[in-house]
Amino acid sequence: MNQAPATRGKITGVNGNMVSVDVSEGSLIQNEVAFVNCGDERLKAEVIKIRGRQASLQVFEDTRGVRVGQDVEFSGELLSVELAPGLLGMTYDGLQNPLEHLDNRQGFFLKRGQYPPAVDQEKRWLFNPTAKPGDRVQAGSWLGWVQELHYPHQIMAPLNMLGAATVKSIVEEGEYTIRDTVAVLEDGNGREIPISMLQTWPVKKPIRAYAERLYPQEMMVTQCRIIDTFFPVGRGGVACVPGPFGAGKTVLQHILAKYAQVDIVIVVACGERAGEVVETIITFPELEDPKTGGSLMDRTIIICNTSSMPVAARDASVYTGVTLAEYYRQMGRNVLLLADSTSRWAQAMREMSGRLEEIPGEEAFPAYLESRIAGFYERGGQVRLANDETGSVTLIGTVSPAGGNFEEPVTQGTLKVVSAFHGLSRKRSDERRYPAIDPIDSWSLYLKQMEKSLNAELDPEWVPMVVECQDLLRRGSQVGRMMTVVGEEGVSQADLLDYLRSDMLDAVYLQQNAFDAVDQACSMKRQLRDFKLLVRALRTKFSFPDKPEARRFFAKLQDAFYQKNYCAEDSADYTQYETKIENLLAEGVAP
Amino acid sequence: MIKAYNRITNIIGDIAELDAKDVSFNELAQVTNHNGETSLAQVIRMDGDRVSLQVFAGAKGLSNGAKVRFLGHPMTVHHSDALLGRIFNGSGVPMDGKPPMDESGQVDIAGPSVNPVKRIVPHNFIETRIPMIDVFNPLVESQKLPIFSQAGEPYNELLARVGLQAQADVIVLGGIGLKFDEYIFFRQTFEEGGVMDRTVMFVHTAADPVVERLLVPDLALAVAEQFGVQGKRVLVLLTDMTAFADALKEINVAMEQVPSNLGYPGSLYSDLAARYEKAVDFKGAGSITVLAVTTMPGGDVTHPVPDNTGYITEGQYYLDTGMINPFGSLSRLKQLVIDSVTREDHGAVMNSMIRLYARAQETKKKLAMGFEVTEQDEKYLKYADLFVDRFMDLRVDVTLEKALDNGWKTMAECFEPEEVGIKKALLEKYWPKAE
Repeated sequence: MNQAPATRGKITGVNGNMVSVDVSEGSLIQNEVAFVNCGDERLKAEVIKIRGRQASLQVFEDTRGVRVGQDVEFSGELLSVELAPGLLGMTYDGLQNPLEHLDNRQGFFLKRGQYPPAVDQEKRWLFNPTAKPGDRVQAGSWLGWVQELHYPHQIMAPLNMLGAATVKSIVEEGEYTIRDTVAVLEDGNGREIPISMLQTWPVKKPIRAYAERLYPQEMMVTQCRIIDTFFPVGRGGVACVPGPFGAGKTVLQHILAKYAQVDIVIVVACGERAGEVVETIITFPELEDPKTGGSLMDRTIIICNTSSMPVAARDASVYTGVTLAEYYRQMGRNVLLLADSTSRWAQAMREMSGRLEEIPGEEAFPAYLESRIAGFYERGGQVRLANDETGSVTLIGTVSPAGGNFEEPVTQGTLKVVSAFHGLSRKRSDERRYPAIDPIDSWSLYLKQMEKSLNAELDPEWVPMVVECQDLLRRGSQVGRMMTVVGEEGVSQADLLDYLRSDMLDAVYLQQNAFDAVDQACSMKRQLRDFKLLVRALRTKFSFPDKPEARRFFAKLQDAFYQKNYCAEDSADYTQYETKIENLLAEGVAP
Repeated sequence: MIKAYNRITNIIGDIAELDAKDVSFNELAQVTNHNGETSLAQVIRMDGDRVSLQVFAGAKGLSNGAKVRFLGHPMTVHHSDALLGRIFNGSGVPMDGKPPMDESGQVDIAGPSVNPVKRIVPHNFIETRIPMIDVFNPLVESQKLPIFSQAGEPYNELLARVGLQAQADVIVLGGIGLKFDEYIFFRQTFEEGGVMDRTVMFVHTAADPVVERLLVPDLALAVAEQFGVQGKRVLVLLTDMTAFADALKEINVAMEQVPSNLGYPGSLYSDLAARYEKAVDFKGAGSITVLAVTTMPGGDVTHPVPDNTGYITEGQYYLDTGMINPFGSLSRLKQLVIDSVTREDHGAVMNSMIRLYARAQETKKKLAMGFEVTEQDEKYLKYADLFVDRFMDLRVDVTLEKALDNGWKTMAECFEPEEVGIKKALLEKYWPKAE
């Protein structure tokens, strides 16, 4: 570090959370962190515009009481997060302040200007060295590990190190705090680099200490049938879930956070209701993680900047979340990042852009909206590390389009960069068809992209079967539209059968009950078994004497499938319903 | 240190700008006009020495020679039990002819958010004795719910009834842009209903200056927050939040900020959320429940105000043609109380009755197209009429227990037990026995 004197400035203007500062000497860095002195409080801020000696800062706190002429200190460092063991299970605000450790006004209210350390500084971790003196290492190389809850947490060479270095010394196995030096590296110029278990990383830069980025080939199983079977998301994939209010975004996010088959889940509650985060904070510690047997909270990090918290920190919260995700990816972990909602993040940008008096784009969003969205989603992905391990960050962002209209800039900007689109529809949620993902409008490029591996892993006919079902849904919806005009009498029996088939597929497979202990999560193994039986039923050629008879038969068949959904796999009831379905199929077949 | 200035440079809309030194952001000032009238004002922008003030009483008739005195603190409101039974305007000045509150016990308005880890998951049912609310979309303590309605609908009557009948320790009413008659209506209803002694009112009438309109929700919620911290269960009633949003728009335009949708500021979502998010169930203390009227211009739910509100609140009640619409209305928190806190048959009655009512509506549509009435159709028509009489009519005033019993009675009068789709165990216990 070069020890240039810290730059200081004086406030010349305040407009909401934007503060203008006059800097008489010293240098300024775009996006560096500054502190605004306001009485005995120091308010964190970020430089967002430099014009001559004038800097514009966005303050991450309420600016009440800030005065013209007050001092501002510039830190010379970009907005960063702390990376160390102890992150899992924590609840942070958008700037990585641990909410549990904040002093509260009157016991309840967030007091501004406090920035306690993000991770426990005193806790002693049992460090297990794996590197030896003399080893050649590069940025992100694993030097040793500590056990963080259920996973080994790799201690890595600095993620921002340039070029290679040699391990000069490393400590014996033993207990250390995150600030203790556990190893010393020597770079190409003979300079020594002390290594502790704590690193910092500027949130707006992606961590790229890996060998290569991979093409997503494996599925990230969510245990939600309509997603896994019809609109799958690959490990390291990016997907978006837009939907009007009340369409079930929140419940869907909760289900994903609980049942997605990944190592670590990072939930970014960005500008959403506090009540929902509270539910996560309170229920997750009580739920069991089926994979490790520990509490679900042990694999979760919550970043929470709810709608009434300062807007600028909302902008930071999505970056904080994705940086933590990338950090765990460097350890070979599969991470799922749920960002709810990216629209609130975009609105935060819009508010700031308005204060900066930038020329507005569509709906007053800044012109750089799309590139920011693209930059964020591009941080997802599966990577191969230098030691041939792989890790992934899967990004699923929700979008809350104004008026439920998908034509608006945030939804459109997002659709350009994601590979799966799970569009929630008001119509389906009004009909209580949950999850309300529209089976006709939604799409996933991963179905084709992963075709080979899906067919190899699940069934040689898997993808063709899925495509066949998608066609059936489209046909069913056409017939349904026709019937609203001409009535049931006006369509042929063949058309009616298509309609009944598609309706059954919808009712017994696409819909899933998020509040039922069995139905809320459906393993891939079970999906394969259920889906194959269902497809067989859908393909069976039936003929009925009249339409009411067809309806009666399908009602019975549909009910058998439906009841089966509520039986645990391989239970006696489950096999009994399978037999019942087989019998029904035999009975209804055309002679 | 009190600083006084007597030269206003610019007056734009209700914003007065002057050159002043050592002023802090959001500081309060007192503006004394040339004729002796005074008003409070708040600093909303500072650029060098140029300070922009939002004048609460409005800038109509304001002289550029008016005296401006900075008070050295932001807007505060008095808080103590003495507030109960009192009525104030949007600047916190009494409207009930009684003396002003003393200067002690001042709390900041629009204070910081509650730390999410200091909240608890809501779990208390609030009975309102309005069956469309209690049975179909129950109100849960600490919930924030808007009433989406339109001009001409009886939303204020509904709000007043909830105020009278809901179980709450303290009621805070925030009237935003109320017609004078509506203000009198609330006052009389609360006095006659005997709840005035646990009510605080902040009322801005349509004739008052627009800036005061902005302050009403903040004053009401700051007071509510203090009662909540003391362990009280507070019910905040706000009407009408669309008038609040329109005031934001006016100020935004006067400040020459870039508008986003339909002239509303880009920060509309955050501005509304900052208010609604005050609804809270404090860990180890009281709670704040917010019920707020949002009128939809032209009945359009995609208008920016109802749309943003819908994303913030935990459900909504639709009030149209004088009744709470059972289909669009939703209480997102109802799962937390139905059956577990309320009677075991609550969920079953709720779902079946709605499903049957939906079928009845379909039947009506079918008959309107000229199809013949079948026996089945007649059952549904009878059911629809009874449903409107016993549930939807806003005059119905019954406890939840009684409303559920009425539900069973209504279903039994129209249908056979097999037709209602309810679990056998509940049918055996609750289905009215034939006499």
